[in-house]
Amino acid sequence: MAVFKLPQNSKITKGRHFGAAEGASNTRSFGVYRYDPTSGENPRVDTYEIDLDSCGPMVLDALIKIKNEIDPTLTFRRSCREGICGSCAMNIDGGNTLACTRAIGSIKGNVRVYPLPHMPVVKDLVPDLTNFYAQYASIKPWLQTQTPPPADRERLQSKEDQEKINEPSACILCACCSAGCPSYWWNSDRYLGPAVLLAAHRWLVDSRDEATGERLDQLEDPFRLYRCHTILNCTQTCPKGLNPAKAIAEIKKMLVERRV
Amino acid sequence: MSLRSPLSRVLGLGTAKKGTGHFLSQRISALGLLLLGGWFAYRMFTFGSFAYLEVIRFIGSPFNSVLLLLLVLTLAYHSWLGVQVVIEDYVHAPGVKLFALIASRFAHLLVAAVSAYAILQIGLGT
Repeated sequence: MAVFKLPQNSKITKGRHFGAAEGASNTRSFGVYRYDPTSGENPRVDTYEIDLDSCGPMVLDALIKIKNEIDPTLTFRRSCREGICGSCAMNIDGGNTLACTRAIGSIKGNVRVYPLPHMPVVKDLVPDLTNFYAQYASIKPWLQTQTPPPADRERLQSKEDQEKINEPSACILCACCSAGCPSYWWNSDRYLGPAVLLAAHRWLVDSRDEATGERLDQLEDPFRLYRCHTILNCTQTCPKGLNPAKAIAEIKKMLVERRV
Repeated sequence: MSLRSPLSRVLGLGTAKKGTGHFLSQRISALGLLLLGGWFAYRMFTFGSFAYLEVIRFIGSPFNSVLLLLLVLTLAYHSWLGVQVVIEDYVHAPGVKLFALIASRFAHLLVAAVSAYAILQIGLGT
């Protein structure tokens, strides 16, 4: 049945407080989710007072400052710090986004930092994306053809056809959209979620691909595709400004088109 | 603990290869409801007296009978499709889910049958 109460170990307690450095005048408070599933303790929110005059402008800069100078036990993923690797996806100020492209100045009041919602937590701000990556693999995100490749050149594509895959190819698989989708929260074991469906659409509209029918067959399912109820959280939260909801609607249109 | 690979778990029992029919039926029945519901709302707002005989006369007219019949059948069908989605979304215990889906189907059939019977009885004057 539906579960309306949080499990006991999901209740978040008040954590430790780390004051600002002496002499700091321009400070901002960061409430950061801390959880170690192996500790047996409940999650807590630790508060760090950060001197913004000695910190970079982005939320990721503040997290790195916390880890380097205040609390080395804080765990989070990060790599490129320029919004292209998708590693530092987390829930900041109530919305899923990338810590490296979210400016501290764009947030009013205390900055609340939590991991991506409704994903198992490995530690602190690191979600377990195993299921998400397996779902991505399940749609076979590579070119499938029957025609042998030309002997002397690559498979050609017109400029117009290339433009169709431009936007979905910009997805960095950060999982902000899937982790922000209520349908994905309740049914992530069977619903593929917006990020994976956006990727599926990218291969459906690739003019060089010759497995469109098989790909649609694999998506035509009440759960894999049709759990999408056009809530549009995915499009609202995408830190790359992509539109997974539109891609899902396009897949639904293709499925209707092939039967009417 | 299961040692199945994550990909094996995701692929599960495979695709049901259906869902588009349900999706289309939802939209088409919604369109039907928009038209029939608009007609019904208009008639109710412009209805003079809700006295028993007036209402019986309204339902008894062949035109109104047919539209009312279509309205209750479309309404029951659309509601059945919607409740099915809600159950699939939120009810996850396998036995309870199957029971809820079947119970919902029976309940909607019952409502449709009772409503249709009542309208026909008045419309046919029996």
